[in-house]
Amino acid sequence: MEKQGEVKLIGMWSSPFVLRVKVALNIKGVPYESLEEQLPFSKSQLLLDSNPVHKKVPVLLHDGKPVCESLIIVEYIDEVWASAGLPAILPRDPYERAVARFWASYIDEKLFPAMRGTMAAEDEQRKALLEQVMSGLGLLEDAFGKCWKGGKFFGGETIGFLDIALGSILALMKVFDGAMGVKLLDETKFPKLAAWSEAFCEAEPVKEVMPEHERLAEFAMVIRERMRAAKAAAPPPS
Amino acid sequence: MSEEVKLHSIWESPFGFRVQIALSFKGIEYEYIEEDLKDKSELLLRYNPVHKKVPVLVHRGKPIPESMVIIEYVEETWPEKPILSEDLHERAMARFWAKFSDDKCSPAIFKYFSTQGEEHDKAKAELVENLKTLEGALKGNKFFGGETIGLVDIAAGWMPMWIQRIEEVLGNKVVEENSFPHLQGWFHDLLNLPFVNQNLPPPEKLREHLKNFRNSLLARST
Repeated sequence: MEKQGEVKLIGMWSSPFVLRVKVALNIKGVPYESLEEQLPFSKSQLLLDSNPVHKKVPVLLHDGKPVCESLIIVEYIDEVWASAGLPAILPRDPYERAVARFWASYIDEKLFPAMRGTMAAEDEQRKALLEQVMSGLGLLEDAFGKCWKGGKFFGGETIGFLDIALGSILALMKVFDGAMGVKLLDETKFPKLAAWSEAFCEAEPVKEVMPEHERLAEFAMVIRERMRAAKAAAPPPS
Repeated sequence: MSEEVKLHSIWESPFGFRVQIALSFKGIEYEYIEEDLKDKSELLLRYNPVHKKVPVLVHRGKPIPESMVIIEYVEETWPEKPILSEDLHERAMARFWAKFSDDKCSPAIFKYFSTQGEEHDKAKAELVENLKTLEGALKGNKFFGGETIGLVDIAAGWMPMWIQRIEEVLGNKVVEENSFPHLQGWFHDLLNLPFVNQNLPPPEKLREHLKNFRNSLLARST
């Protein structure tokens, strides 16, 4: 086997962004050392040195060289470990790649912030954000139907880029369901996404690294309190 | 099927502009279609139902929205005159800085542009900090891509024209020789590239547009 180089991942067990990288590495069968940060309580010197601009996880260290930003890391992994025998994460066709990137960008810029926003929001604002989330899921349900080439995933028979982008927030969605008393991926509303989410969670590259629900739910409460406290302490917008 | 390339945009869009730089750099012929965002065409709504925005590239009848997604598509579809390095780590770094430019610098510029008083001063400080970080990525080179332009030069390629016009509207300079020697140099070098220059909106028209835009934003917020 060709020399792969030394791979380390600076991460944190609950982070959906770190999960993206773990799934990508697992898809490619790349062994890596997992370096766990104690976020949000502290940041290691290695993290601060490896990602001085954002000081965030995940950071991939490949032969000591840092790569930051989860989806950029996933693309990097796909490009480095690209030999014939390995499954591709991004589709080969440039148009299909553009579609995958478009939806991944939508998830990060619209869907996920709306979901996260509902955690600290109250009443009217929370209701509005929840509507946004539902509307976003509707678009993705539709997109799944349009992109579908057979198979259980957006990527077809194997997990692809968009599967990783969306699948990484499934654990948080389940916590959200519990906290809000809703079921986001309701199979009557979003049958394709509901079926897809089960397939994703059970897939080999995902199973072992998906955060445990109870632990995540507990941790989410801690984060929620911190977000609320920060909001209360912040000066009112002028 | 025809190689037909069409770009739906508006003259004052920095996002459309940067797609035009990429197309011109690669020598790709395309038809430019000016949209009216106050009266969106059926075609635009069909091509970009999710965001209903420009730019949208249409190639062989297939629409692609989101300027950075378009630019990566252009790079992959027309690989001659590449804007991304063959070195995989450098590619990741270029994508990182392009994202930084969009996630940090753009909102900071907008905040600086659309506020006044204390909020404006705070926004300026944040903008200066973010631009300083971006300037560091030049690493003393002429362009972010090294000797020739790359992904980051294109991603941030709207800045020289738009920032300079914003500075004129506000009567206040941010990117100056003293504080940003390298970035100022990059502004100058980029604006002089023919494939950038030929796509620039007329400066007076842009300045007038930005002046009116700022006034409407300020009026809305009071």
